[in-house]
Amino acid sequence: MPTEVKPRAVSPSRKAAAKRGVLLENVSRSYRDRRGSAVAALAGISMSVREGELLAVVGPSGCGKSTLLELICGLQAPDGGSIACAPAVLMPQRDLLLPWLSALDNAALALRVAGLSRAESRARAAMLFEELGLEGFQRARPHELSGGMRQRVAFLRTLLSGKPVLCLDEPFGALDAITRGEMQDWLSQTLMREPRIVVLVTHDVEEAVVLADRMAVLSPRPGRVIEELDIDLERPRSRTDSDVVALRERALIALGAGARR
Amino acid sequence: MRRAVVRALPAALLAAALLGAWELYVDVSGVATYLLPAPHGVLAAMWENGGLIWRNFSVTAEEVVLGLGLALLGGSALAVAIHLFPVLRRAVYPLAVGSQAVPIPVIGVLLVFWWGFGILPKLVVIALICFFPVVVTTVDGLAAVDPDQLKLLRTLDASRWQAFRFAELPAALPAALSGARIALAVGVIGAFIAETTTPTSGPYPGLGREIISDVNLQTPRAYAGTVVLFLFAIACFYTLSLAERRLAPWTRRERGETH
Repeated sequence: MPTEVKPRAVSPSRKAAAKRGVLLENVSRSYRDRRGSAVAALAGISMSVREGELLAVVGPSGCGKSTLLELICGLQAPDGGSIACAPAVLMPQRDLLLPWLSALDNAALALRVAGLSRAESRARAAMLFEELGLEGFQRARPHELSGGMRQRVAFLRTLLSGKPVLCLDEPFGALDAITRGEMQDWLSQTLMREPRIVVLVTHDVEEAVVLADRMAVLSPRPGRVIEELDIDLERPRSRTDSDVVALRERALIALGAGARR
Repeated sequence: MRRAVVRALPAALLAAALLGAWELYVDVSGVATYLLPAPHGVLAAMWENGGLIWRNFSVTAEEVVLGLGLALLGGSALAVAIHLFPVLRRAVYPLAVGSQAVPIPVIGVLLVFWWGFGILPKLVVIALICFFPVVVTTVDGLAAVDPDQLKLLRTLDASRWQAFRFAELPAALPAALSGARIALAVGVIGAFIAETTTPTSGPYPGLGREIISDVNLQTPRAYAGTVVLFLFAIACFYTLSLAERRLAPWTRRERGETH
């Protein structure tokens, strides 16, 4: 079932297209700070993500990136504008593995919640464990795993929800540079095996250029899209590739221009 | 095995030192036996009255275990209800707090009037004394669940029951078990209060009642009974700790976690 919040402003044909992707039109969202005055987090965001596409959303901290993902996942409703999209699942910034479950049971959580038996959900998660380089860690408790392994388990949990849209909120932000590079490679390989529509929020421009098909650059709060860049490069991409470096530069310039405005 | 001995050593040494000081004090001061019997006298009384103490102890142990069970069941059920229906918290909490101030003798006779001279009124007294720490710790434990974990379950389309089952319940378990340990510590004295406030029809009234009737004329026997209660409380406490390690192993390991 596609989630539709205030569908009136989306024309029927585009809405139909969005049933298999993500379509945001002029979405705004504000919240109340402690003193009760309204702070705009997002002001008039329009963007679309097509089927099979990985869109990276880059912006300075506090520009409403996490809010954007929660809107797409239906965890919040927008104040204005409209959102039409296929069912989306959020992978939050913290891995949020449940300490009382083993790594395998954490990955299988979405299946348990969907009503599968313990044995069946374990069997299905175990298949992915083997395929995605987590073999041998099934029974480990979350605190026994390294940061990179925890993120892999959290990503598997997200993947196993079976939803076509994955919203990843700075999935590698807390990792050291070496592990982050490994995880980026792992993510692009995993997505090749298990294609999904991905919205990747990050403050790391390089990460966006290495992983994404397209990049949306957001302004400081209230966030709005100030530039969209197509990243039409061969995979796998190297961080030192001249095209990657050039695109990174363009994105950084756009970010800098947004900050000065 | 050797580690267990090493771990028990400080407690054993402290107990031995205190017993020695007690023995020495009785010996030097010449205090009357009906005021303070010497440890060797207490041990002798325990030996001579082994059968009597054991039968009374069985009665008391049954009361404590069943009463505590009742308190754990009732207390955690009430805590879950309070957690799920906040209006219950406002309605029930003040009464639960106030109930802890009611002197049991006031209602002891009433309980006997309702339920007779059997074990039931005693269980109710023990449960009344024990349920409060269970309720408070469990309610707090349930409320202390990481809100981001709940958000995660929401994005996986979990129902209210599933959020409770997968996040809130296990998150509250360590706190609830701490509450159970506190409840146990007051449960033994609760059995004593129960036995002394609600009369019994059985041949053995329980260790608490026995101690009260012995305290003036058979002081060493009263002390012997007290020592048994003392050891019983310790045994129960560590049994619960062991259960906690089994039921919530993640809390122990997380304390040693580095990241």
